[in-house]
Amino acid sequence: MSFLLPLVVLLPLLGAASALIAGRRPRLQAILTVVALSATLAVAVALLVAVDTGGTIVVEVGGWAAPWGIVLVADRLAALMVVTSAAVLLAVFIYTIGQGLADGDDETPVSIYNPTYLVMAAGVFNAFIAGDLFNLYVGFEILLAASYVLLTLGGTRARIHAGVTYIVVSLLSSLLFLASVAMIYGATGTVNIAQISERIGEIPSDVQTIIHVMLLVAFGIKAAVFPLSFWLPDSYPTAPAPVTAVFAGLLTKVGVYAILRTETVIFPGGALSNVLMVVALLTLVIGVLGAVAQADIKRLLSFTLLSHIGYMIFGIAMGTVLGIAAAIYYIIHHIIVQTTLFLATGLVERIGGTTSLTRLGGLLKLSPVVGVLFFIPALNLGGIPPFSGFIGKLGLFIAGAELGTPLSYVLIGAGAITSLLTLYALMRAWNLAFWRPKAELDASEAADEAAASAAAHLTEAPNATTTMTARSAPRLMTRATAAMVLLSLALTVFAGPLYEIAHRAALDLDGPGAYVHAVLGSDDAP
Amino acid sequence: MNASLVLVAIMAVMYACGIFMLLERSMTRVLIGFLLLGNATNILILIMAGTVGIAPFVAEGVQAEELHDPLPQALSLTAIVITFGLSAFLLALIYRSWHLGQVDEVVDDPEDVAVSERDVAVEDEESDPQFAADTDFETEAASTTHAAETSVRPNEPGVAKSGGTE
Repeated sequence: MSFLLPLVVLLPLLGAASALIAGRRPRLQAILTVVALSATLAVAVALLVAVDTGGTIVVEVGGWAAPWGIVLVADRLAALMVVTSAAVLLAVFIYTIGQGLADGDDETPVSIYNPTYLVMAAGVFNAFIAGDLFNLYVGFEILLAASYVLLTLGGTRARIHAGVTYIVVSLLSSLLFLASVAMIYGATGTVNIAQISERIGEIPSDVQTIIHVMLLVAFGIKAAVFPLSFWLPDSYPTAPAPVTAVFAGLLTKVGVYAILRTETVIFPGGALSNVLMVVALLTLVIGVLGAVAQADIKRLLSFTLLSHIGYMIFGIAMGTVLGIAAAIYYIIHHIIVQTTLFLATGLVERIGGTTSLTRLGGLLKLSPVVGVLFFIPALNLGGIPPFSGFIGKLGLFIAGAELGTPLSYVLIGAGAITSLLTLYALMRAWNLAFWRPKAELDASEAADEAAASAAAHLTEAPNATTTMTARSAPRLMTRATAAMVLLSLALTVFAGPLYEIAHRAALDLDGPGAYVHAVLGSDDAP
Repeated sequence: MNASLVLVAIMAVMYACGIFMLLERSMTRVLIGFLLLGNATNILILIMAGTVGIAPFVAEGVQAEELHDPLPQALSLTAIVITFGLSAFLLALIYRSWHLGQVDEVVDDPEDVAVSERDVAVEDEESDPQFAADTDFETEAASTTHAAETSVRPNEPGVAKSGGTE
């Protein structure tokens, strides 16, 4: 089954090439993109089944043996991530088609959009299956370069402004990552992750710490953990709704995935786990406090996004099998639910004409379907049982209690508070946008008594003042969002088997032994 | 591992200059800063190759230890290509930014400006005797309406500027 592994990168890239050739025929281009993404999803599912039953799949690209050539590695964690992202990428793309069909493609130059989207998909998949630090760097660069194009699509003033922040910060984090790759090569003489894991114990501990911190900072910027997350709420909300959705769902998670690999395979000792715990705590609390203060739904969601990264870092920092299993389940839950919420917000923007809570109202009467599509993932993210957000948080809290250090109890408390505040922020958004009668909003505007209304203490985001004309939501967009909501519900229905796979994935990561053995084989040849 | 001191010194100077330039406001300088940092990193990769040897071609009578490590060269070549592509994109971005009349500068984040202006507004009103007699709630309510008004302002200079350049 090893031939499947390169296909997850190859198929999107071939799709991008053919979509570029078909640039002048939008309909053909859209079909090609859907075919490429569906095929990738099918391959990813087959890969997950093969890996779960037959163990880790390793491909030595070009036939060069493991420590010298480039290897692609799919263990259970990588396969799970690839399946989840392929499903999300396909759903978001169908949503984009719906938007394009409704708008007559006048706003976005689709001939660039589709190939770029596929290249970004290839970069994400490449990062997940890279068995080589330099290949991981290349995967990051592919997805980042594509994301720069997607974020500044159309080149309006707001997008260029947001893009500059995002691009400069990302470039810096990439250079930091490259410098740490160079230093790892200097210290260990290899860039193969498995071989680094074997040799890292031999180098002096202070050099280890320097490299460890550099890697964590580089990945931390990409994952948007607290002190390094300032760029995210400024840059994400200005992009088109589907682009924001896929960025929020996937790009930060690639950073989290890289941190998870660093902590389990490259530096398995957990030398910096207390630092990570504190970082997780700050990420959780400060992110959600930012979310409570926002009046724009997109900015609010961006803040909840970076707040919930804290849960995953908490799970990784624990380093126990239970903690990592919970973190893996939480990553999958968060990719799906956060993307769904951004897609639903895109629908809100269409039917309400804006995403500012000070000017939205009475949407439930206008479109009950969108109301439900926003309500379910909002409850889910807030951690209401029986949704997957509750299961993931419960798993994390159980693992934290099992660990039993004072810091982990503090984090359980902070996690519970964050969950409640997330629920508060999202329910208030839902109340104002959907539940509040339109007449009340009009009355308060007419009397110029905005201060008396419930939303008055929220800060209006100056960037969000652009108001579109309210339109009805196209059926395809609603259906794509509904499919994502169903997928998020499936996380609850199939929580048992999924959690078991996550647990087996975490067992693989309990110590670097399994990973190293799969890549380098039993003989210590090099 | 041996490393050339000259290369290390060059790398250090390039990193320092690159970070300095990256912190500038002008976008062109940011680009130059990025180029310097990128090339400093490439030199770092080359330094990590260790002792200088002969060209890494396998030939009769040449021991493996005498060869130069070829991998860092391959790595830095890849990094150079990536840096090249990204700086082309940055140039396009700078041109577009200039075209939109933002001048060649990183503009202040409007939300940051709004937050700072709101603080000023709150302070103003706290010292205002007119509000002194009011209850806490009304003072707060009034100050937020004021903030809502001021928050629109930061966009105005930008609009005026773009009008001027066109």
